[in-house]
Amino acid sequence: MDERVGESGMKLLFNKNQGDINGDSEKTSEVSRRKFLKIVGMSAGSVAAVGAGIELIPYRAWADSNPNGWGGNSGVSGMSAATMGSGQEVGNHQWAMVIDLRNCDGCKSCTAACQKAHYLTEDQTWIRVFEMGDSQGNSYFMPRPCMQCENPPCLDVCPVHATFRTDQGVVLVNQGRCIGCRMCMAACPYQARYFNWKAGAKYPDTGVFPTLKFPVPQRLGTVGKCTFCVGNLNHGLMSECASACPMGTIYNGDMITDVAINSMGNTVKLSKFLYDNDAVAYKDENNTHPRVWYIPGHGQNLDTNATTG
Amino acid sequence: MTSTLEKKEIDKITVIAPDPSWESEVREAAMRSIVTKPGKNWWIAVSLLSLVVVAGVGAWIYQLKHGMNSAGYNDQAFWAVYIADVVAFIGVSYGGAVVSAILRLSGQSWRAPLTRLSEGMALVTVLIGGAFIFPHLGRPERFLNIVAYPNFSSPLVWDFIAIATYTLATAIFFYLPLIPDMAVAKNLVDTGGKRARLFSILSLNWMGTKRQRVLLHRVLTIISLIIIPLAVSVHSVLSWAFALTSRPGWMESVFPPYFVIAALYSGTALVIVTIYAFRKGYKLERFITDRHFVRLGYMMAALGLVYAYLTVADMLTEGYTGITTGWIQQTITGKYAIPFWFYVIAGEIVPIALVVMKKTRNATGMTVAGVLVVISLWVKRIVIILPAATQPLISGQWGSYHFTWVSITVTLAGVAAIPLLLMILFRFIPLMSIDEMEDAGPLGSIEQISKETLKAAREESIPEPSKEESK
Ligand code: SF4
Ligand code: SF4
Repeated sequence: MDERVGESGMKLLFNKNQGDINGDSEKTSEVSRRKFLKIVGMSAGSVAAVGAGIELIPYRAWADSNPNGWGGNSGVSGMSAATMGSGQEVGNHQWAMVIDLRNCDGCKSCTAACQKAHYLTEDQTWIRVFEMGDSQGNSYFMPRPCMQCENPPCLDVCPVHATFRTDQGVVLVNQGRCIGCRMCMAACPYQARYFNWKAGAKYPDTGVFPTLKFPVPQRLGTVGKCTFCVGNLNHGLMSECASACPMGTIYNGDMITDVAINSMGNTVKLSKFLYDNDAVAYKDENNTHPRVWYIPGHGQNLDTNATTG
Repeated sequence: MTSTLEKKEIDKITVIAPDPSWESEVREAAMRSIVTKPGKNWWIAVSLLSLVVVAGVGAWIYQLKHGMNSAGYNDQAFWAVYIADVVAFIGVSYGGAVVSAILRLSGQSWRAPLTRLSEGMALVTVLIGGAFIFPHLGRPERFLNIVAYPNFSSPLVWDFIAIATYTLATAIFFYLPLIPDMAVAKNLVDTGGKRARLFSILSLNWMGTKRQRVLLHRVLTIISLIIIPLAVSVHSVLSWAFALTSRPGWMESVFPPYFVIAALYSGTALVIVTIYAFRKGYKLERFITDRHFVRLGYMMAALGLVYAYLTVADMLTEGYTGITTGWIQQTITGKYAIPFWFYVIAGEIVPIALVVMKKTRNATGMTVAGVLVVISLWVKRIVIILPAATQPLISGQWGSYHFTWVSITVTLAGVAAIPLLLMILFRFIPLMSIDEMEDAGPLGSIEQISKETLKAAREESIPEPSKEESK
């Protein structure tokens, strides 16, 4: 029964029936994942200019009243003050993620890459691949990073403001302030938070000092979680999990520039990709508004991945 | 505050002429723990208990060094024994304070020999319960970040404010009735000694004048009135640390009263155990009679029934609809079945049976029931906390919590600290409220109850104390 929670927890973001399974993803073969910055960065300037004159509307309300979907005609996102959380400025980027469940084969390369990059213990699966059951008795795999909720319950309950949300929509933990009360672990509906329970976990010998964006090494007695590799994203690199995925399951996206990209070099128009593929937000009935969208499916091969699948 | 009002109130209170033999008897008994040098048994008990506390502190230092994994925690059992300790210890404290406050407010003169011990118990346990927040935290040294960077939308900040306020109120509630006693006590110990000086400072120049009595009476009434809603709010807020998450098994609207009743239930039980121990240790049978135990036993049994009712109400509504039944299955038939049924038997059926059966309705019977209730309500807290914490929220396995020597030692240290602190505290404080005892007079003879109570008794036609058993 517990297996089903996943399915019932999915909420449709887009009303349209499933269209072309590929969507209209623009295959830009020459775009490598290392050029993410270039795509995002180049359009960011123009967006800022346009954005100033655009009336920002809550995303869902906007999506409902605009059957053409978010990002519709102008290609400018429906980012709003509402989706940013109150009193926050909208940054140059609004990072998002798309996880195309049709591609995931459950190899857990994402988990391994994340743990290696952040020197985590084996239990600390900041991105964890769950095996989910469906109503037909089949199972499929669902990688679960931190959802970077727009309305994060973990943030609300943190007694010391150790959990905070950046102007790029990423929820981070200040491990220099966290008192280790684990209230956030109780509040997160996605089990996305991991405590540092053991002293002497493996620490890198690089002389790196932990920062908010790159909390490595993890500090004993504090909470850690997926950071979206926001440091990578800001430097034009993909997140560790996305770039390690051999199936191109995970897309890093930016809602401002409305672009998403995966490890296979597929660059898509984020809003259209979500719209055409009936993307869903997981457990959004908790009013968390995740920034991670799932494209449901059971491992069907996509044309784009026919060779690798 | 006008002087006319004060005058009116002064007129209302008539200090009855104390019965000299009763007075000296009370004074001797209440001062027994202070005046007589502690015997060998006292020293043995204190050293053994201190040993346990020191071991607990040692285990905590070990935990600080090696991480909370050494206390059995993991990512699915992220809250476990220490938060249960916080809830359980602050819970019994609440029971002690409220029992005393309610009896005071309702003018129950039979309470007189019990108030000091139960208020002392309340003070000691709230301090211990508060202290358990430290082993619960991964970074206890940063605790004051709650003051430096408070996030007022966090239930834990509310907890902090509530517990701090409640601790202060408990201390005041303990201290106020002590003032007249300190004035008495300073004359009963060797003058010029350290204790005499301490007592005279604490007595705040108490002369027992009418004005002082009116003032004290008024303040005590106010603080008794305040401490009840305060304690209710503390336990409601504690429950919200659980209920304000989206976890099935915790996100229950019944949680605040559920926690409040659990606190009262276990607190009454610990009052019984405490007075039993002190009655035995200091031979107070003359003052604390079997009837006291039976009355407290009735209160405890009634609270136990309410608690059982809330437990059923909580589980039935969720279990029947079958939406989030994972934790219920695990509680009733799964991995938490043994502790759950232990609570049902040792925490409800047996203690209530002990109260109901005439043969066991005495001091010993009630104390056995009290011990069972205190233990099984701690177990019940574990059963409330663990299933909801360890459940898989997406899919996969249930997590589990394993008790380790660290968490057991730290918890036992808290348990040992209750008698230890009480024994030390009552080396300096009279065992019973001398003032209230003298005011109440020998139990059972209505003539000697203060005029106030008499008046109230007439007005509300309360049956005479000797027939009050069914209360
Ligand atoms: S564990 Fe740390 S981040 Fe989580 S709620 Fe407590 S202080 Fe905040
Ligand atoms: S997924 Fe969990 S940890 Fe991440 S932002 Fe949402 S509530 Fe917080």
